[in-house]
This record gives sequence, structure tokens and C-alpha cells, in this order.
Amino acid sequence: MPYQQKLVTVAGYTVLLLTAAIFLFVAAQAWPFFRDQVDLSFFTGDRWLPVSSPPSFQIRGFLVSSFMITSMAIVVGCPIGILSAVCLAELLPRQASILLRSVFEMTAGIPSVVWGFLGLTVIAPFVARVFNLNTGLTGFSAGLVLSVMILPTLVSLADEALRAVPREYAEASYALGATRWQTIWRVIVPAARGGIVAAVLLAMGRAIGETMTVLMVAGGRLTTPGSIFEPMRPITALIAAEVTNAARHSEQYHALFAAGLVLFSITLAVNAIAAAVIVGKKAEA
Amino acid sequence: MKKLLLLVLILVVALFAAGCQREGTIIDINGSDTMVNMGAALAEEFMKTNRNIEVVVSGGGSGTGIAALIDGKADIAQSSRDIRESERAKAKARGTLHEIIVAWDGLAIAVHPANPVKELTMAELAAIYKGEITNWNQVGGNDAPIVLLSRDTTSGTHVFFKDFVLDEAEFAPATMMMPSTEAIVQELAQNRNGIGYIGLGYVRPSVAILGIRADDTAPAVVASIEAVLDRTYVLARPLFFYVIGEIKGDLKTFLDFVLSSTGQKIVRDLGFVPIK
Repeated sequence: MPYQQKLVTVAGYTVLLLTAAIFLFVAAQAWPFFRDQVDLSFFTGDRWLPVSSPPSFQIRGFLVSSFMITSMAIVVGCPIGILSAVCLAELLPRQASILLRSVFEMTAGIPSVVWGFLGLTVIAPFVARVFNLNTGLTGFSAGLVLSVMILPTLVSLADEALRAVPREYAEASYALGATRWQTIWRVIVPAARGGIVAAVLLAMGRAIGETMTVLMVAGGRLTTPGSIFEPMRPITALIAAEVTNAARHSEQYHALFAAGLVLFSITLAVNAIAAAVIVGKKAEA
Repeated sequence: MKKLLLLVLILVVALFAAGCQREGTIIDINGSDTMVNMGAALAEEFMKTNRNIEVVVSGGGSGTGIAALIDGKADIAQSSRDIRESERAKAKARGTLHEIIVAWDGLAIAVHPANPVKELTMAELAAIYKGEITNWNQVGGNDAPIVLLSRDTTSGTHVFFKDFVLDEAEFAPATMMMPSTEAIVQELAQNRNGIGYIGLGYVRPSVAILGIRADDTAPAVVASIEAVLDRTYVLARPLFFYVIGEIKGDLKTFLDFVLSSTGQKIVRDLGFVPIK
């Protein structure tokens, strides 16, 4: 093997090793916490009281918040994202879709703290007024901002999946007398289904992992929210808010790593399913 | 290729050497986010006249600073709360622990400017944050639910409020933990039903400050530097420097400067209350 090729191979394996190493590190830091747990109250309890004596570390509220906000982002973001992708891939003239595509890619570069600031100053007061809430800093506002933030991921991947459908499919459909509309919805979109599902899953992974925006906009209530219109705090925001103050190897430090391990496992699972869908689709074709 | 590698190597070594270079001593200060600006301003002024001493200030929270002091990673821990018993024991294992009050901080209770409530007793304030009083009309205001805002659990201010106002009881589950005092001020400026606690240095015209009564018979006092100084305002806390071991040499020079009239003037300029 020439040395350039070796170098590339090594680089590839390094990424794999790094991911595994990070997972192992997080697991090792979380282990002392799980070792001392006698029951499942870490997952089912609602008391996160790090500075009380005795302290208590239970994450049900944060899990539920992460789930609510991610669901909201997906429910609002998906229809918009998939329709945009169809529009880009099938309806717009070539020049216009190239321009729009680069606009979408540019949105991906907006730092999440800027989105958070936008949510804090514009979206939250708007939500509070429209729904007549006590405060606009709610899971709903955070989900709304996130639904826009996941669009670049969603649109570019779904767009790619749609464009990968062989031209012959559309031509065959037209030859049978189908209209453009029928061809798009009955032939092209179903053919790209696997890729679109993968796009949704990857966007979901992005939404679960988003930190800064939810820390700023979701409201920061530490208990299980009763509805999406209440203040809440997802796992990512919990870790970001508290990790700086946890003394190394204190109980809080290990508990935060335990929460991190749960989060890591969820995103890993979502991404693995997405990868499986993509691989499955390739095998089919 | 080889030339490039060599160049990179030289650069790395040069950077490393530059990082190691030191002329005098370094004093490492770490801790409270409330105090980080004050510490930095003091360090800056101090270094103008003491060019051989470098004072490095960083934040992270009172707990972080005390942990760093115990680990020997910091020379001074800035803390906006008392050192806990467990921390004190660990610190004493390493040498004599010195606790120096360098300034006082008044906690103002802030609401939206349109809120008709103008004052609260300490007991009412505690009941509000424990979730026992949930509507503004229970303290003479509008019929509207109270939106509770607090700093995050990492904040020394959070711990002080919990110890001092709530008497170590828990915050109401409905309390919203905000990542910064700035975020509390931002929300209070637009939320008519909100209430929050903020340091004196953060008071802005966009929020209204409530008068606080120590008990039912005491007069209502609005937080101000003067009210903290003459001890009429109850919601005030000392800000500490913690040091382990003998205070001598450059460390003593710096501490003397902080407590001098020049140092205390900087304290006051930043919205904190000088010790005398």
C-alpha cells in the first residue's frame, strides 16, 4: 500500500477509535454514580437538587423535556423540510434551486447562540402573547426555534435522496400518462423514502443534541413539565448549565456524566438507525 | 515537505517557550462569577504599579474556585458564599485557611416596572420562592400567577439565596433556573408577573426594585450601596477571598492593595459595596 493510502486508512480508523474512546470515557466517569444506585429512581424521579444536603440527582424531567422539544421540532420541521426538498429537487428551475440550496447551507452556519438570542428576544415574547402564557420561555418556543435549526440538515439530505432517484422512473411515469404532480408524489417520493427517513432521523439527532438554544429559550424549570407550554430543561442544557461548577469526582460530577451517558446512548441509537436505513436502502437498489 | 515540517516544529517550540517565560510571580485567582469582573479590575489596576507580579483571574463559580484552591491550582479562591464544612476540612488538611471579606454585595429583588407591588417582607419573599404564595394578589398585587426566576444551581448567589432567604428549604418546583443574571433581567423587563433576585451591579432602569422589610414592623428598604453599608438592608452578603497557608510576599502585597482605599474604590465603581 502506498503511504498516502495508509495515511488515509489510519485517519479513518482514528475517527472510529476517538468515538469509542469518548464513549468509554463518559461511561467510566458515570460508573461511580450508577454503582451507588440501588434502584431506577435516577430515571423515574423528579428531584434534581445538587446543592441541597443531602443532594438528589434524578433526571425524569430532563428526559421528558428532551423528548417533548425534539418531537415538537420534528413535527413542525419535517413537513416544511420535506416539502422544501421536493420543491428544490423537482419543481424549481436549476438555477433557482442551486441558489436556494446554498441559502439553506448558509443557515446551517448560524451559531446556535444567535438562534438562542433570537428565541429569547423575538420568539418567546411572541409565543407568550399569542398563547396568553405567563412566560414565553417554554418548550414550545424552544421547539419552534429548533424546527428551523434542523431544516438545513433535513432539506439537504432529503433533496439529495430525491435527486438520486433515477430519471427513468419519472420518464416511465410520464410515458404512462401521469401528470407531473402524480409522478412526484406517487413515484419519486416513494422511491426516495429510505433516504428521507434517514434525513428525518439525522435531523432528530441534531435536535436532541442541541444545547445552547434550549438552555437560553426553554425556561429552565427542573421538574417534569405537564405540557409543552411550560418552562422546562432538556438534558443537554442541564449538563451545560451545571458542569462548570461540579468539583471533579464529586457526586454531582458523576451524576452529570451519567446524564451525559444517557444522552449519548440516545443520539447514538438514533444515528445508528439512520445509518441502518441508508445501508438497507443501498442494498435494496 | 521536510522544510514545512521543520518550520512547524520551530513554531511549536517557540510558542511553548514563550508560554513558559515568566519574569515575576503569578497569582492565580479563581471562583465566583459574581466576583470575576471585580477581581479582574483589581488585578489590572494592581499590575500597573507591580509590573513583576502577574495576577490571573478566572470565573466558573464559587464551588469551582474553592475546589481549585484545595487542589492547589489557585492561590486565591473568590467566593460569594461561606466555605462549606466539608470544604473547610479538606482545606485545613493543606494548611491554615484564611477567610478575608473583600466587599459586600446587596441582592436586589426585581420585578416588572408595571407591577403594583412595591414591597415585600422577608417572610413573604421566602413563601413566594418556596411556592407557598403563588399569586400576586396574596401580597397586594394583581390577580396573576407569580413567575419565579432564579439563578442556576451553580451560582453562589443561588446557594446564598437558598441558605439565607429560604433557610435551606427547597426552591418551588415551578422555579425557572436561568443561566445568567442578564437572562433574568431580560425576562423581567418583559414579563409583568415575574420576580427575580439580582446583584446590585445588575440593576437597570428596565426593571423595578422592591423594598424589603426585615419583618412586619421594620421599614421597607430598597437595595442600594448606602443601605448595605449602614446595614439597614438585610439581603446583603459578604464576598470572600479564601487563601491557604501563610500570607506573605507578593500575595500579601496584592491582598493589602485590595483592602486599601484604592482597591475599595474599584469595588465601589463596579457596583459592589466596600467593606468600610
